[in-house]
Parts: sequence; structure tokens; C-alpha cells
Amino acid sequence: MFLAWRELSFARGRFALMGSVVALIGLLMVLLSGLSVGLVNDGVSGLQKLPVSSFAFQSEVDKTSAFSRSVVDVDVAQQWADRDGVAEATPFGNTLVNTTTDDDVDIDLALFGVEPGSWLAPEATTGAALAGPGEIVLAGTLQDEGVAVGDVVTVDQIGTELEVVGFLDGQHTYGHVDVGYVDLTTWQEVRAGVRPGEPVPDHVHDDATAVAVRFADGADVDLAAADAALGTTSMTLEQSFGASPGYTAEISTLQMIQWFLYVISALVVGAFFTVVTIQRRHEIAVLRAVGASTRYLLRDSLTQSAVLLVGSTVVGVGAGLLLGAGISSSPMPFALEAAPVAAAAAPLVVLGMIGAAIAVLRITRVDPLTALGGYR
Amino acid sequence: MATRTGLEIAGVTLVHGDGESTVTALDDVSLTVAAGEFVAVVGPSGSGKSSLLAVAGGLITPDSGRVRIGDTDLTGLSARRLAEVRRTRIGFVFRSGNLLPSLTAVDQLRLPLTLGRVARPRDPMELLADVGMTHRAHRPDKLSGGERQRVGIARALMTSPDLLLVDEPTAALDRHRSQEVVALLAHEAHANGVATVMVTHDHDVLSHCGTVYRMMDGILEVATD
Ligand SMILES: Nc1ncnc2c1ncn2[C@@H]1O[C@H](COP(=O)(O)OP(=O)(O)OP(=O)(O)O)[C@@H](O)[C@H]1O
Ligand SMILES: [Mg+2]
Repeated sequence: MFLAWRELSFARGRFALMGSVVALIGLLMVLLSGLSVGLVNDGVSGLQKLPVSSFAFQSEVDKTSAFSRSVVDVDVAQQWADRDGVAEATPFGNTLVNTTTDDDVDIDLALFGVEPGSWLAPEATTGAALAGPGEIVLAGTLQDEGVAVGDVVTVDQIGTELEVVGFLDGQHTYGHVDVGYVDLTTWQEVRAGVRPGEPVPDHVHDDATAVAVRFADGADVDLAAADAALGTTSMTLEQSFGASPGYTAEISTLQMIQWFLYVISALVVGAFFTVVTIQRRHEIAVLRAVGASTRYLLRDSLTQSAVLLVGSTVVGVGAGLLLGAGISSSPMPFALEAAPVAAAAAPLVVLGMIGAAIAVLRITRVDPLTALGGYR
Repeated sequence: MATRTGLEIAGVTLVHGDGESTVTALDDVSLTVAAGEFVAVVGPSGSGKSSLLAVAGGLITPDSGRVRIGDTDLTGLSARRLAEVRRTRIGFVFRSGNLLPSLTAVDQLRLPLTLGRVARPRDPMELLADVGMTHRAHRPDKLSGGERQRVGIARALMTSPDLLLVDEPTAALDRHRSQEVVALLAHEAHANGVATVMVTHDHDVLSHCGTVYRMMDGILEVATD
């Protein structure tokens, strides 16, 4: 530490330059983390808040678009409910629609069709819970856009009118649009494009998107066996997020950017300490000649790298949190949470240390003999 | 102080290079320097002077012969043990001080004490005063060549070494400064009872030295002129 500290303060300009690169990457990490969490919330918060353990979709459905492609028979729900370890299973409908309010405001909705009063039907924190056909319970955030209990939203194209009877607590979104809960029969008719007053074809009331399954507490349900027996394709709730539109692409793009930044940061830090170590070669030769052990030299240099990396990451993350607090209050999908921010910052330090360690290992190759003047 | 042996080199041969092009840098060299004795080694470029210091200082192991500092035999020691011997028993003074750019004069002297435990550490302030340094808080870039060399000498004495190895200490100094620095070395060697070997090209400073040796094509002899 004796030498490490004095060098940090002596060459502070150079170290500050390096530190600011790491700090800026740290700041970007915080913003990316906020954006990731924000996008996840915006993409699947409506699913995250479901009391569901797994979904059973149509067999061999494309897993990346299961919610829009899958059709299952409502009777399968009862068969699922009879499986070992399953507490409850009911049909679940999910479809995206465009609607218009009384006030001519266009609202895109993810219509979730559930049986009123079932375990899957949500509680309303404002107004009443879903009671029957022709009603809708909306995500709480829509209240901010001026929608109120008693309003009527009309489904575009087919003209189905839905009366707003209540609102859920806070944000419920799916595929970046707000969620509205309707009675399963209403959902089936909207999905089939049946206009109000028209006769409903026979099969319409047989279809749902999937069977929502809740496991008994602590039960370990063999999904593969159940799928084989009942002709379905199951995904756990977490897996089903990937079936939300754009979810997988968004998350993997952000993760890729994040990993690029880690690698860039580790390379920049490695290159910096390589140059520093090469510049110090004569100095290191002198230190070794006067008896400094390899351990002493490595410890000193690694302490220096650690101070630089941790210090600048803390500064960068701090700046990112300040900036992020500003963005959080804007309509951007952005949410800062402690765990994801820490998880984003930690690899910056760890990978930076690996880069620095590889660079600093050069110390072991410096021959103390070169400290003697004119000696080759 | 009785005649403690500082350095004893006996029949040392050092061959550089391998295969076809080999250079015999040291050819059956023997040299004994008593504690408190100050000897000089002169000789043309490439004659093997630095090689002699490298062997004496445990920086390189000779092909044959023995090197002893006090009662410690250096031949056969591991690289780690050699570093330990250099740290505790030997002081090095290099060509132009070779101070660390980030350290102030007084920190240059503290540095050897941070490398590990030392049996008889000196007081940095006292030692700086001994070598006539007043700019204690200055870094090397603010020191003159002579001042740098004084700090370099003081640093080498911090651990109370048994052996002081000095490589061309006046290479970067003018005549007057050279005299001062070598006089200081001679004084410190006697005052602290350190066996001192100084390699130099500078014949004007030899009056400060005890025995003067001449190196010629790897062969060491007492200089006659
Ligand atoms: N690492 C090495 N590999 C091969 N040959 C070497 C090496 N180091 C030194 N030599 C050779 O050994 C001989 C002695 O070199 P040394 O550096 O000891 O001479 P010197 O007397 O110190 O010279 P100078 O006064 O120029 O410093 C020279 O011929 C030199 O070319
Ligand atoms: Mg030389």
C-alpha cells in the first residue's frame, strides 16, 4: 500500500483519466439496468403479478409466441386440475386489442379472459371486481390517463362495448400495453371477432389461450408427464415471459450491450495497466534488485488496481443513480432496483481486476539485473 | 570494529550467452573486501565490471566459484532467498540514483523498510541529515543529480547492510559533485563499517578509495598505476 497510494496520488491525472472511463461505463451500466428492469416491467408485469405456477399451451406451439398462437380446449383445464400436485387450473385467454373510450381516447389493451370469481380473477382496488360478461377491470395506471369507473371502452372493428367496473393496483402490462380483465366468454367472443348481436358459433366458447395452473404449496409437478398425458406444452410462469411479444429480443439485446461493455472495460483496464507496467519496468527492476519480493510487487499493483476500479465504479454508479432518479419520473420504461444495479456493477470490478491482473503479471518477468547501469 | 569479512568472492567464473557465441565476463575472479573497506574497480567498457557487481549482489549465479557475504554463502540459494539476502544484507547504489519518481526524498528512504522486516533499521531523517540532504519533501524531478545520488546512497544504507555495491555513481555528475559524492560514500563506508565495492570510469575519484582493482577481459587485478 505504501507505494500504491503514493503512485495513485503522484500520477493522479493519468489514473483519473482511466478511472473516468470506468466510471462512465459504470454509469451506463446503471442506466442499462434501469432500462432492463423497466422493459421487463413494461413487457410482463401483468404476467408477473398472476398467481400462476405454469401455463399449459397447445401442444408443440412456438414458444416465443405462445400467447398469441396457442388455442386449447377449456375442458383440458379440468384434466389439469386433476393432476397430482396441482391445486387449481382454469382456462386463461390472452389477446391484444385496440379500443376507444367514450372520450375518443385510443387505448391498446391486452385482454385477459378469466372466469369471474375464480382464483385467477384479480381483486380491484378501485371500484368492483369482475362480475360477468360485458365488464372490464383495467390496470390502475390507466386512471392517470383519465379513464374512470363507469366509462365504456369499445373494441375497434367489432364494436363490443365493455363497461369499466374497477381498477387493479398499479402497473399491469403485457407486451408494453395495459392489461384489462374480462369475463372468459366475452374474451372468447372478442377473440373470435363476433359482433354484438350476431349469433355466436358453437365452438367459440370452447377455446382459451392456455390453462393457467397453480401448484399446491411445495408440490413438485411433473410438467412433462402431464403434457404427454394431456397433449399440451407447458411453460412455467418465468418461461412464459419469453412468449410475450418482443420480450426475448429486448432482454437479449440489452444483455449483449452489457457484456460488450464489460469486455470493453476489462480490455481498456488491461491495456492501461499493461502500459503502466511497461513504463515502470526499470523502476520494478530497481525494486527487485533491492530485494522486493514478487508477492510484494503483485500485492502493491493489485491493490492499486482495486482502489482504482472500486473507486471509479462507485462514483459511476452514484452518478448513474442520480441520473436514473430523474429518468424514473419520466414516462420511459425505467426502474432502478438495488439488486440488479449491484449485479450490473459487480462484474465491472471483477472483470476489470482480471484485466489488471493479467497486465500486472508482467512484473514477474522483469529481470532485476536490468537495474544495473549499462547491463544488458 | 574488528576485521569482519564483508564480501568474499573466490574463483568465480561467469560465462554469458550459450552455444557458439559465449563471452567470459568473469574469469576466475577472487576478491575479498573487509567490513568498512572501500574498494574501487576500474576497467574498459565490456570488461566485466557490472558482471562482478551482479555476482556479488546475488543478481546472477556464477558458473563456478563461491560468493559469501559475511557468513552467508550465496551459491545455491533460491531466487527467493537471494531476494531476501539483497533486501537485508546488501545496499545498491545505481548509476543515477534510480529513485522512484512518485516518492519524496524521505519516502525513498522509508521504502526499504516497507519491503519486509529489517534487523537494524536506520532513522530516515537522521540518515538524510547525514548525507547532507535538506530538501526532504522533494520528489526526484525537483532534485539535482548530486542530490539524487545522495538520496540513493542514503536509501542503500537504510537497512544497515553488510555490503554496499555502487555502479558508476558519478556517471551523471560534474567533477565537483563527483568528488563530493564519492567522499560521502567513503565516509559512510568507514563510519558504518560497510564493505563497499564501487565500479567507476572516473579516475579522478580514486583518491578516496582504498584498494583499486582493474578489470580486463574478465580478469581482476590490483591496479598498479
Ligand atoms: N546478458 C548478457 N548476455 C550476453 N553477454 C553479456 C550480457 N551481459 C553482458 N554481456 C557481456 O559480458 C561482458 C561484460 O559485460 P559488463 O556489462 O559486465 O561490462 P562492463 O565492464 O560493466 O561494461 P561497461 O563499462 O560498458 O558498463 C561484455 O562483453 C558484454 O558484452
Ligand atoms: Mg557496466
